[in-house]
Amino acid sequence: MKQVYLDYSATTPVKKEVLQEMLPFFSEGFGNPSSLYSPGQASKEAIATARMRLASLIGASEREVFFTSSGTEADNWAILGACDAQSKKGKHVITTKIEHHAVLHSCEFLEKHGYRVTYLEVGPDGVVGLKALEDAITDETVLVSIMLINNEIGTMQPVKELCAAAHERGILFHTDAVQALGNVPIDVKDLGIDLMSVSAHKIYGPKGVGALYMKKGTRISNYMHGGAQEGKKRAGTENLAGIVGFGKAAALAEGNLGEHIKRVTELREYLIDQVLSEIPDVFLNGNRKLRHPGNANFTFKYIEGEAALLLLDTKGIFVSTGSACSSESLEPSHVLSALNIPAEFIHGSLRLTIGDFTTKEDIDYVVGELAAIVVRLREISSVSNEKGW
Amino acid sequence: MAMYNDKVMEYFLHPRNVGEIEDADGTGKYGSPVCGDMMSISIKVDDDRITDAKFKTFGCGSAIASSSVATEMMIGKTIDEALAITNKTIVDELGGLPAVKIHCSVLADHAIKSAIYDYAQKAGKHYAGLEGFDPNSDDDGHDDDGHGE
Repeated sequence: MKQVYLDYSATTPVKKEVLQEMLPFFSEGFGNPSSLYSPGQASKEAIATARMRLASLIGASEREVFFTSSGTEADNWAILGACDAQSKKGKHVITTKIEHHAVLHSCEFLEKHGYRVTYLEVGPDGVVGLKALEDAITDETVLVSIMLINNEIGTMQPVKELCAAAHERGILFHTDAVQALGNVPIDVKDLGIDLMSVSAHKIYGPKGVGALYMKKGTRISNYMHGGAQEGKKRAGTENLAGIVGFGKAAALAEGNLGEHIKRVTELREYLIDQVLSEIPDVFLNGNRKLRHPGNANFTFKYIEGEAALLLLDTKGIFVSTGSACSSESLEPSHVLSALNIPAEFIHGSLRLTIGDFTTKEDIDYVVGELAAIVVRLREISSVSNEKGW
Repeated sequence: MAMYNDKVMEYFLHPRNVGEIEDADGTGKYGSPVCGDMMSISIKVDDDRITDAKFKTFGCGSAIASSSVATEMMIGKTIDEALAITNKTIVDELGGLPAVKIHCSVLADHAIKSAIYDYAQKAGKHYAGLEGFDPNSDDDGHDDDGHGE
């Protein structure tokens, strides 16, 4: 059966070139980068190359890049570390309602420890207003954390302007760029941000590796305590092969960025056009223009997303949904809820995310199967256009 | 391992008794689209025996499977026998549901009783199995203790 993976925002396959470069670092070049003998030093050099490649992709100096175990760890470190280092200055953090749980749950942890957190609203298109941020800043504010691109609806935030507003008041700015890396040009100097989280497995690298960009001169407390790895800032023996893979994936992303964005954007626009024209009672969630090149998030009225997801699965098509029924918590997507989309429409949401291995034929196959599945589920559904909700 | 067992998938992929009975003797609706599941069940009754049952469901795979199997379990039963169907017997008939999906079977159980309640109202009948049942109760089963199973 034909298989079409349309969940690139969940994770990506490791590109063959990436895997090839990683393989020698498991059984042959396995030396501990902290060891002084030559195999150890070879490992250390491999990590230095990876660091340089990732730094190049984001316009940073290699001394500003620190590898972690994941984007989640980078978010936790940035938020908890920035707050801990400034605990004498104040205990107020500003973030948004549509952040990834790695940020939201870190903020909830802070709230349990005496911090006050402001969760900014977003507009109907999923974008944070500059004035809303300015109004939320107090003398107690020590950190602003706003994501560059949202993982569910793909909308981009005006991080450069938001960061400038925070800096005007002397406040550190962190951005979760896990979805943005390799999908939009990122220049940390131009954005002006102090801290940025990224992850390898969203850019055709391996799972289990992330990184935190920390602007030169930024002081935050350590999160992982132990050995002197990563310039004494992040303890733990390095995930050598993983870091090498992250470096290669970053190099590939940098070399291919313009073409990747152009190609993926064209396919996404084609997908959106096809879905909106072939299927009735459907709408796009989020701003159509200011979004991740590969992200399309639809609501199909009168059906439930998990049922659609499972039927697509039987056709070899892999997507995700914001429906409560698909989550262990039975809560609908907090991102779509923040857009004030009614719960019954959130249950009918499907996120399709396109990547480098998606073809136009894949899109045609998916739209055909999707249209049939929507008809099938609407026939079963107890709600409809005629009967209403 | 797949999320649902083969039997649940079978009822989800090939649901039996989809639709609405036009001249139904009783119809019941339960759940709400806001919560993600809403089921309607309509029944034909002849001499206190359910001769036909159909369902329509807005909901996930297990909600569709639960309501489909519920209609199958009702057909041919007397009203009293149908009222003895519980969310537990629906889950058993399906060979089990994931813990977070048990509430779907609770909804199906309520939808069955709502349809019979409607029939009883129209026919002016009383059934012991309906005692204490309120079709308009807004408890959609999300907090049912069945969650822990």
